[in-house]
Amino acid sequence: MDSPKRNEPRSKLFEDRGVDRRDFIRVCTMAAVAVGLPASVGVKWAEAAAKGLKPSVIWLHFQECTGCTESLLRTSHPALAELILDLVSLDYHETLFAAAGYQIEDALKSAMAANAGKYICVVEGAIPTKDKGIYCKIGGRTAIDILNDVAGKAGAIIAIGSCASFGGIPAADPNPTGATGAPQILAGKTVVTLPGCPANPYNFLGTALQYATFGTLPALDDKGRPRFAYGRVIHEDCPRRPHFDAGQFVQQFGDEGHRNGWCLYKMGCKGPVTHANCSLQPFCEVPGAWPIGIGHPCFGCTEQATAFRIPLHTTVEIEHPTPPDTYPPIKADHGRISPVAAGVGGLIAGALVGAGVVASRKLAAEAEKEE
Amino acid sequence: MSAHDRHEAVAGPIWTPFFKVVALIVGITVVLMARRFTLGLGSSTALSDGYPWGLWIAFDVVTGTALGCGGYAMALLVYIFNRGKYHPMVRPALLTSALGYTTAAVAIHLDVGRPLYLYKIPVSPMWWNLNSALLEVAVCVMTYIVVLWLEISPAFFEKWERGPDGFFKKLANTFHPIIDKIMVPLMALGLLLPTMHQSSLGALMLLGGKKVHGLWHTPLLPGLYLLSCVGMGYAVVAFESILSSRTYKRPRETRMLASLAGVTGWVVLIFSGIRLVDIVLRGKAALIFQPTIQSLFFLVEMAAFVVGGLMLVMPAFRNTAAGQFQSAMLVIFAGTLYRIDTYLVAYNPGPNWHYFPSVPEMLITVGVIGLEILAYVVIVKTFPILRGATPAQAAS
Repeated sequence: MDSPKRNEPRSKLFEDRGVDRRDFIRVCTMAAVAVGLPASVGVKWAEAAAKGLKPSVIWLHFQECTGCTESLLRTSHPALAELILDLVSLDYHETLFAAAGYQIEDALKSAMAANAGKYICVVEGAIPTKDKGIYCKIGGRTAIDILNDVAGKAGAIIAIGSCASFGGIPAADPNPTGATGAPQILAGKTVVTLPGCPANPYNFLGTALQYATFGTLPALDDKGRPRFAYGRVIHEDCPRRPHFDAGQFVQQFGDEGHRNGWCLYKMGCKGPVTHANCSLQPFCEVPGAWPIGIGHPCFGCTEQATAFRIPLHTTVEIEHPTPPDTYPPIKADHGRISPVAAGVGGLIAGALVGAGVVASRKLAAEAEKEE
Repeated sequence: MSAHDRHEAVAGPIWTPFFKVVALIVGITVVLMARRFTLGLGSSTALSDGYPWGLWIAFDVVTGTALGCGGYAMALLVYIFNRGKYHPMVRPALLTSALGYTTAAVAIHLDVGRPLYLYKIPVSPMWWNLNSALLEVAVCVMTYIVVLWLEISPAFFEKWERGPDGFFKKLANTFHPIIDKIMVPLMALGLLLPTMHQSSLGALMLLGGKKVHGLWHTPLLPGLYLLSCVGMGYAVVAFESILSSRTYKRPRETRMLASLAGVTGWVVLIFSGIRLVDIVLRGKAALIFQPTIQSLFFLVEMAAFVVGGLMLVMPAFRNTAAGQFQSAMLVIFAGTLYRIDTYLVAYNPGPNWHYFPSVPEMLITVGVIGLEILAYVVIVKTFPILRGATPAQAAS
């Protein structure tokens, strides 16, 4: 690594805030590793940020509970303060901004104008479409208009949470507002969806920072979900999977199996059909801080077909029925008794017995003679 | 050792016809050993993941060290129970022990996958896993081999002191007084170490849990191993004494052996009693009568123990050389079978696993024992180990 260049303007900034360059690179590196990117990427982020090349982020809120923002606020590697101050330039966020009214709408306009075609548009919340979208308005404009406007000039679009990804709770039956996800509104555009209720903040950071660093988006599946986080179903990496394979199931909450941490499949766990990395990437670095980790069945929040549609305790079909690979074969012979070896063994044993008998006879005969 | 016993080297040439035949067998097995070391365990043995311990462990190591317990058993009798009259038998017993344990050490090098790393055990105590029964066996056996050779070393020093000037004479003059001085703690160590590792050999199979047949698996396994090794030790002393006095035309020690036989007999009978009572109390008695290979081996084993033990305490047998010899052989056979049974016959790692020693395994075992016999012959013909041809009383 190059030696610190103290005369760079960014380095001056660190000193003003009492942050050492070394600390900053460490934060970036930790962030990179936490989201599954090589540590060298962290150095690149640090260098990009030092040159002032921070990506502009415009964050839209629609029909939602702000849970995704709340969980993002609670990440610590990197902490949000570090993220919004050092790694990205958060130019519009209704929850986090001190400004309000015309002031904040001006900020939105100027950010869009300054970074047109380069900024990251993050969508949080579902978009109502019924009655021309009148059920969600900000500054006199409907959610549909705002989304089309902001997303239209964005470099990348990220839909965070189940609501923005496919409608989520607002779209649950009977869906009075005709709520839908961002990809449905922005048909034809690439929308990275990060479903989850809330979405795991690290999946967002990994996606946003990859775009910020390389200008690329991660590989996506057919529903726009990054494969690095949504490539496998919960069931495949579940810490309780051995109990599933062993046929040890919780039958009701609080029973012996539940207290012993057995499989929650019969309690309606949606793990077998839910693509997410909850078991591998704990929420906000708290191990076990996810439904199955605390003894509750997975409710399938990342799956449009499952979340808020299939009742909580209804069991699901197993998507990839994989047999456990540890059972021994039913009949396998190990080791073989060689007839030759058995013969030789018999010969040796026989010779020993024979020698013993002969020796003791001789001894008896000699003893008689002596007497 | 003390001055009142007269030990003499056996006269006669080393290269007798018997010696040559044994040497030839050993020579053949050395080739097999070379094959095992160059081509690996799989090429020579019938060992598998289910039976990682085969003949070399069950017989060469576990039984070999028990047969080498003569020194331990005699020292127990002479020094702990203060039966000084058996003292002349201690030195030959120590030699068989030293050879038996050294043989086991050779065998373990054949058996382990990477023998080159065995040296790490004594040099790395900071990495020892102190909960390991196997470590206990390894460290104890290694230490005990050193202790045994130190205990027997006066026999070598006595010869070298009288020999021509040179390195060996210097060595003897330097170390003989030191060894004499530390002989008492050395003997104490020689009593402690086998007590530890012989019981641990039983503990190893106690750890086998349900893999070991109910007739053998008992919490008493460590104790039973200790008791049976003492019985086997005495039997080996008697066996070796009778054979060597006959072979080397030495005076028989029939009277001394007769009283030793009483001790051996009671040890073996107490062992058998404890074992049977334990099986009944654990509710496993029904297993004896099941038509399994294990129950057959158990019956043969117990019959040999009980018949051997009874013969040893009955005057009709114990007072004659032939009776002593037969009963000693029975006890050795029973003790050997007990160990092989625990480690192989009673051991069931799961369905469809089979083990029977391969021909090279058996031949190498024969060769290792042959090597032990050769060493014994060379040592008793070179150094004063056996009791002198003239009775000790007459000489003094």
